[in-house]
Amino acid sequence: MSATASRPWSARLRIEASASQVAAAAIVAAFLLAFLVVPVGRVFLTAFAAAEGGFTLVHFADFFRTSLFIESFWNSLYVAGMSVVFASLLAVPLAVILARYRFPGSALIAVLGVLPLVMPPFVGAVAMQLIFGRNGTVNLLLMDWFDVRLDLMEGLNGVIFVQSLHYFPFILMNLSASLSNIDVSMEEAGQNLGARGANLLRTIVLPLALPGYLAGASLVFVKVFDDLATPLLLNVTNMLAPQAYLRVTSVGLGDPMGYVISVILVVVSVAAMAGSALLLRGRDYATAQRGGGGLSQRRMTRTGRILAWCFVVPALLLVLAPHAGILLLSLATIWSFSPLPDGFTLAHYATVLRETPQFLTNTLLFCGIAALIDVVLGVVIAWLVHRTRLPGRALLDLVAMSALAVPGLVLGIGILRTYFDVHLPGGDSLATSWIMLTIVLAVRRLPYALRAATAALRQVHRSLEEAAENLGAGSATTLARIVVPLMAGGLAAAFVTSFATAAVELSATLVLVTRDVDAPLSYGIYIYMQSAAGRGPGAALGVIAVVVVAICTWAAHAFAERERRRRSRTVEPRGAA
Amino acid sequence: MSAQGVDVEGVSFGYGATRVLEDVSLSIRKGEFFAFLGPSGSGKTTLLRLIAGFGTPDRGRILIGGRDMTRTPPWSRNVGLVFQNYALWPHMTVAQNVAFGLERRRVPRAERDRRVRAALDMVGLAHLIDRRPAQLSGGQQQRVAIARTLAIEPEVLLLDEPLSNLDAALRAGVRQELVELQRRLGLTTILVTHDQEEANAAADRMAVLDGGRVLQIGTPTELYDRPANRFVAAFLGTANLIDGTVEDGVFRAGGIALPLNEPAAPGRVTLALRPQGIRLHRDASGGALAARVLRTEFLGGHVRYTLELQEGQQLTTEEAHLRGRDPLAPGGTVRLEIDPRQVSIL
Repeated sequence: MSATASRPWSARLRIEASASQVAAAAIVAAFLLAFLVVPVGRVFLTAFAAAEGGFTLVHFADFFRTSLFIESFWNSLYVAGMSVVFASLLAVPLAVILARYRFPGSALIAVLGVLPLVMPPFVGAVAMQLIFGRNGTVNLLLMDWFDVRLDLMEGLNGVIFVQSLHYFPFILMNLSASLSNIDVSMEEAGQNLGARGANLLRTIVLPLALPGYLAGASLVFVKVFDDLATPLLLNVTNMLAPQAYLRVTSVGLGDPMGYVISVILVVVSVAAMAGSALLLRGRDYATAQRGGGGLSQRRMTRTGRILAWCFVVPALLLVLAPHAGILLLSLATIWSFSPLPDGFTLAHYATVLRETPQFLTNTLLFCGIAALIDVVLGVVIAWLVHRTRLPGRALLDLVAMSALAVPGLVLGIGILRTYFDVHLPGGDSLATSWIMLTIVLAVRRLPYALRAATAALRQVHRSLEEAAENLGAGSATTLARIVVPLMAGGLAAAFVTSFATAAVELSATLVLVTRDVDAPLSYGIYIYMQSAAGRGPGAALGVIAVVVVAICTWAAHAFAERERRRRSRTVEPRGAA
Repeated sequence: MSAQGVDVEGVSFGYGATRVLEDVSLSIRKGEFFAFLGPSGSGKTTLLRLIAGFGTPDRGRILIGGRDMTRTPPWSRNVGLVFQNYALWPHMTVAQNVAFGLERRRVPRAERDRRVRAALDMVGLAHLIDRRPAQLSGGQQQRVAIARTLAIEPEVLLLDEPLSNLDAALRAGVRQELVELQRRLGLTTILVTHDQEEANAAADRMAVLDGGRVLQIGTPTELYDRPANRFVAAFLGTANLIDGTVEDGVFRAGGIALPLNEPAAPGRVTLALRPQGIRLHRDASGGALAARVLRTEFLGGHVRYTLELQEGQQLTTEEAHLRGRDPLAPGGTVRLEIDPRQVSIL
């Protein structure tokens, strides 16, 4: 209050905020403006700008007159749509078994839901070709035994196959969460009025779980639609994201087509998200009551159990295939035209560590700094939004979260466009420096950290801060001494999550990295995988990446879990009491 | 379908090692408003759910209209259960919720629409037919839940704590409506509640449950006036429970010597005495016993006193508050008289 009183300008503007709050907001806003809003804005402007200046739609007309682009557009839609279909075929039965039945393999299903997430799809893509490709393990055996061949990995099929296997957990987790949020009385009311079995499932359970399914499915659609790295690694270029990448990197930054495609990527992604949000409006079906608790888990019949195992085991093998493949590849002397490698060696790991250790150190440095930026920005934004009355604070939150809807490729192109002509003292372009890559990684992963920080802040009851203020602490002291220490567990989880996901980022990275010495792990994998001889070392790097991500995922989980236990031991302040 | 009676015969039920119901037997007559009254954990809701078919007793039988329904699944019984949380399906409109049971019974469309409207008319909500549950108030949601159950014309109506999710101000009104509806339709109804006032006001007869056992069955006044044991006496209203002995038709405990109105076997007994069975005398001449006022609570319509007899026995009593009669101050003395017609021997 005294701060406001002593500064007449803030009183005149009727801003209910202290100078430090305004300063913090200004710094965050400047960061978001410079590295998210302006670059993405430049992409849009360029897409609609005529060569001689002014607004034009001629580039879009060109786009829709070029058969390659039309084909790419439909291919991207087709691949995203089919990935949703196949991911659903895998995820829906697993979610239903997990949420509704007492099944001894449930722990296995839970593992199934995490395994794909610790391995970026582009890492597994090459291994998948060795297992399911034209001359891969499966087809070689099939040719031997039955003289048939499955074109699982040919062209678009390969992308759909790899993406469905990677992204099905999004549907599995969303759907099983919404299934287990259905109060048991919802089902019992149906039974009481005469419904049973499939009828009950169709009329009550599935409609109630639909919001969860849609949320997961739209996420899968958007992720696949925007993905650049997986199609590139599988040599599929007739899709939108690879086309945009190729235009910008081979034709040049001045070519408008890269920007037009970027705009289309953003528009379709936002439309898919908005469409699912629209469908879900007014359908918040979380019906679980206090004391109640989820659908009743029923015992399975013998036949049911056998059927469930017959589904879960092949699913597990399928999901494990990329992991097993990449591990084998990283240890293989030669693996070509044979079901299994000819021999095993640790040489690839030695090669990677001896010849390109910078991939690892760069990742630690870039992603570590990026995750640190994310945690700091996340805390500041969460605090501004939930603890101050600063005007425009909701907009700040919205802009930071909107990074989720911007494909990495688009942000990368925007950054190139905006900062390519800005030079560092040494003469290098700012856009392609490791500093910019680090900032871009931070922008892309900020939503995760912000969400975690918001959740952690919600756990700190306002009265704990008021007690500090009552004893004479200013807002900065309160934040540093009370709020942040109480949020520590959540923030540690946010740090490792941001770090792990940044470590396997490859869309913006592909666009921004120009030299191997400045390249992180994910780029290194991509470069190695380009040549047959590099596949071994590439796989070794891939295994290292998977291990790093797995450890981080486990650590994030452990931090969150420890925090939850610590909290349940302390007396929680209650709002009403 | 018409209303049916319910017979519960020797039912025991448990989850693993936890016993929930122990040898419960009771008989609910056709068209009766019956209440299961008990504290939480007494097994009353479990018993209700067994009647609806959610769970199978470990021992014993459940008969509805004389037919053994013990192993009949919920969807094949014609028993309407109104859930404590109403369990309205949020993805369906009010009309779709109410029509659900009729669809399962393959009632033709025209007939179905008519009965949906009739059920909603009955609870006075026909104008909200196209709303979704989230757009209704708590009281309206409950009426929809009742209409959804009434639409199938159940043989028995089961109400699981129907008033517990309503504001205190709404409860008395809704309770009266429930009773009126039950009388009009002649429905066999079972109400589960932990609130004695609710059970007293609504039920023709009730069963008091505790620890999975039925302690007493009777009309509300029977249970209040002649409780069978300490639990029932204390659970239904306030009771002074005094341990003493009966000798030659006289109850003695400390300084109390009370000639009993009804014959009682000699020996050690507990006497239950309602607060209104004690009359206070402010003048020194009236009343047989002298007591000191320990505590005075002014409750508006009446004043509650905690009194201590000379021998240390404590009694709770209530006196109607009248203007001009100031409550007795703590520490003061008073004389009192016990009305032998208001006591019962446990």
